[in-house]
Amino acid sequence: MSAPTYDLGKLHGGLRLDANKQIATSEPLQSIPIPAQLVLPITQHAGDAAQPIVGIGERVLKGQLIAEPDSSMGAPVHASSSGKIVAIEPWPVSRRYGDNAPCIVIECDGKDKAIAPAEALPAFDSMPPEVLETLILQGGIVGLGGAVFPTAQKLMQASTCKLDYLILNGVECEPYISCDDMLMRERAREVLVGGQILLHALELDICYIAIESDKPAAIHRIGEVLQELNDERLVLKQVPSIYPSGGEDQLVQLVTNLEVPSGGLPTDVGCLVQNVGTAAAIYDWIVHHEPLISRITTVSGDGIAQPMNVMARLGTTVADIVNFVGGYTEIAEQMIIGGPMTGKSVSTDRVPVVKATNCILVLSKTPAISDEMPCIRCGECADVCPIQLLPQQLFWYACADDEAKLRSYGLTDCIECGCCDLVCPSHIPLTYDFRMAKARIRELADEKARAVRARMRFEARNERLDKQQNERDEQLAQQKEAAKTAGPAAIAEILKRKKKQLDEDE
Amino acid sequence: MEFVRHDAPYVNPKVGVAETMLHVLIALVPAALAHVWYFGPGFLLNLIVATVFCVGGEMLIIKARSRNPRIAIADYSAIVTAALLAFALPSLTPWWVTATGSLFAVIVAKHLYGGLGFNVFNPAMAGYVVILVAFPMEVNLWVAPRMGDIDYVGLSVLQTIAYTLTGSLPDALTFDAVSRATPLDAMQSGLRNMLTNAEIRTNPVMGDFGGRGWEWIGNFVAIGGFWLLVKKIIRWQIPTGVFVGLLLPAGLMYIIAPGSNASPGFHLFSGATILCAFFIATDPVSAATSPKGRFIYGCGIGFLIFAIRKWGSYADGVAFAVLLMNMATPAIDYVTRPHIVGHPRRGSRT
Repeated sequence: MSAPTYDLGKLHGGLRLDANKQIATSEPLQSIPIPAQLVLPITQHAGDAAQPIVGIGERVLKGQLIAEPDSSMGAPVHASSSGKIVAIEPWPVSRRYGDNAPCIVIECDGKDKAIAPAEALPAFDSMPPEVLETLILQGGIVGLGGAVFPTAQKLMQASTCKLDYLILNGVECEPYISCDDMLMRERAREVLVGGQILLHALELDICYIAIESDKPAAIHRIGEVLQELNDERLVLKQVPSIYPSGGEDQLVQLVTNLEVPSGGLPTDVGCLVQNVGTAAAIYDWIVHHEPLISRITTVSGDGIAQPMNVMARLGTTVADIVNFVGGYTEIAEQMIIGGPMTGKSVSTDRVPVVKATNCILVLSKTPAISDEMPCIRCGECADVCPIQLLPQQLFWYACADDEAKLRSYGLTDCIECGCCDLVCPSHIPLTYDFRMAKARIRELADEKARAVRARMRFEARNERLDKQQNERDEQLAQQKEAAKTAGPAAIAEILKRKKKQLDEDE
Repeated sequence: MEFVRHDAPYVNPKVGVAETMLHVLIALVPAALAHVWYFGPGFLLNLIVATVFCVGGEMLIIKARSRNPRIAIADYSAIVTAALLAFALPSLTPWWVTATGSLFAVIVAKHLYGGLGFNVFNPAMAGYVVILVAFPMEVNLWVAPRMGDIDYVGLSVLQTIAYTLTGSLPDALTFDAVSRATPLDAMQSGLRNMLTNAEIRTNPVMGDFGGRGWEWIGNFVAIGGFWLLVKKIIRWQIPTGVFVGLLLPAGLMYIIAPGSNASPGFHLFSGATILCAFFIATDPVSAATSPKGRFIYGCGIGFLIFAIRKWGSYADGVAFAVLLMNMATPAIDYVTRPHIVGHPRRGSRT
């Protein structure tokens, strides 16, 4: 048993935001019934795209594999309920680039018949770590904190590094989101055993469970289960509720006081961070052989009649979920998938819940956009930047499109947390501008690469032409040489011919 | 259901530029009242003239730049410039002097550099320096402060208005009767005439630390300044820097040679030191922007104020000090960039 310990490290800046979590956590967790239709995007992770392995008209069972990645740089997708495949077509989804993605549409039969489990798995602690990693890959498990990086890949990458700590991330620093809070209250044991499985897979001895100090119920429940498990390797850590303390690199800094190097990963400083939801999903897969087919998601905001946390099958459309929680209020104006700081707004509620969907936020007011004023260099943005960047200078260089300065002022280190936007008295959409500037830098890099290729082609062509020219010169020289050696008679012959030609021309 | 789309974040910012400027104006109210109490209603006239010309000049130049004048005027920054200029001017200032400074401040120093956010120099100080150089007589006519024990000749409101409009005093009065050397003038010329500090301090314009009246205005400026600090409109680095930069050398010199140097208290409570620390040097647009840079910037201003007062030909050096440090701002910002999280620390090779 371990007493809760507090953070060691410090985070620069950050914001104390109105949490707005109470409105959803005051309701108990509810399960969404099987919808008439499930819409499952084929690719729900970061990395290589997956391909469908089922055809239209085919019947599938709950938990059946329906899409598989081409390589190990991806994650498979499983059917969330039983039914018939009716379509494989583009469907609106919430993601960073593009609005539509290929999805497998299942018409549910309502029976929720699960695929027959494979032979019972041995206890996880009797399995060698590599076997565990492969198993996790097959479970379709990805990081559930929002980045949806395939977990197995993360573990494989980590196994090549020297690690000191596993950190379970139970810090949901964005306002409104409370799905991990609810998960830790309802499924604390699954989370912690998931942590034990990860420790075994990574051959590690320390697992910190990081929870924000403003989640007393979750802390209490995790504490209770820690006592029951009596595992000294698991240590509860409370971190201050400052946004963005839940960011992977920021959490590492808070818990270990180590800075993740620029462009690097937490494994570079000996840490592996996994979301608590991911740990629970690993438990479900390794212990009960249930792949990742459902998740807890927060439905909240003043545009929602009855905010709450729900357990939903992946592929359930947002419309079905909102319907279940009592529909929209009259003032509902915008829908955000994710939190209010970094989420993505969508234009329709036809989008499905996917592995990444931690929150469905419906808000009334639209942000004021037309009142952007010039930067007055007040430096508020620099004070709140968790990376200690100077957003006011970056903004200046972004306007000037000065790539070298943008790089040296750390644009690529920006985590796009949005803190600077919130404190800017001139209401400059800094995060958006930085996102654009990053895209431009990427474009420039591409252009440079293209230019290098073009130059190489050009040089090759020049070389070829030079070679041809040389050959011709050589030929000419040979001819001249031949003419010289041909003797005066031949020259007289040539001159005569030339003269004749001239006369004819006249 | 269909929704409108935006970009993250979806939380509205809480503060605005107009609010910030309004806070600055409110913070200046106690000092303004004290100014009127000690030096008469001339301050208010200057404030009105400066505001009319700053705002009017800004509207003109914004029209000329074909921008929307409503947005630019609504940020109150022109009024802040006007207020700071009014504080820099003696209470008896002819209107054309104030108008020249105001127009130069907003049109040349501010908008010809690109307007709010792009001006390299503090507009109010640029405007003040122009009239200090162009009208040296007019901006050195400080009336005697209202204090019991010096022969105080107050001007009525009408007389002040008449002077502001015409630039001449009523027949019965002479400049000598109404005006006094400022404490900084008295100190500088006294020291140059080989008087000792103690001898100079017997001059009736001297108060407990600085000049009579002046030191009390300073106190009220400080009240507004602390309020801005509490409200987080300004940060502590610049005011602290100004005080450190000024008081450290002043204190050292005073310890070494108390007879021939003004005391740090005198430096602090004379002229525009406190106003500079809280209200002038803290203009974010023309100041350094990184936390460390702000402190260095403040120190530079403080030291230059000291140097100009001690060795320069002007009695007070606030305006010049601020403008000189404005020029150094890009360099300061460049060398004081904070450590970016995850980048190798300076000097370390890890």
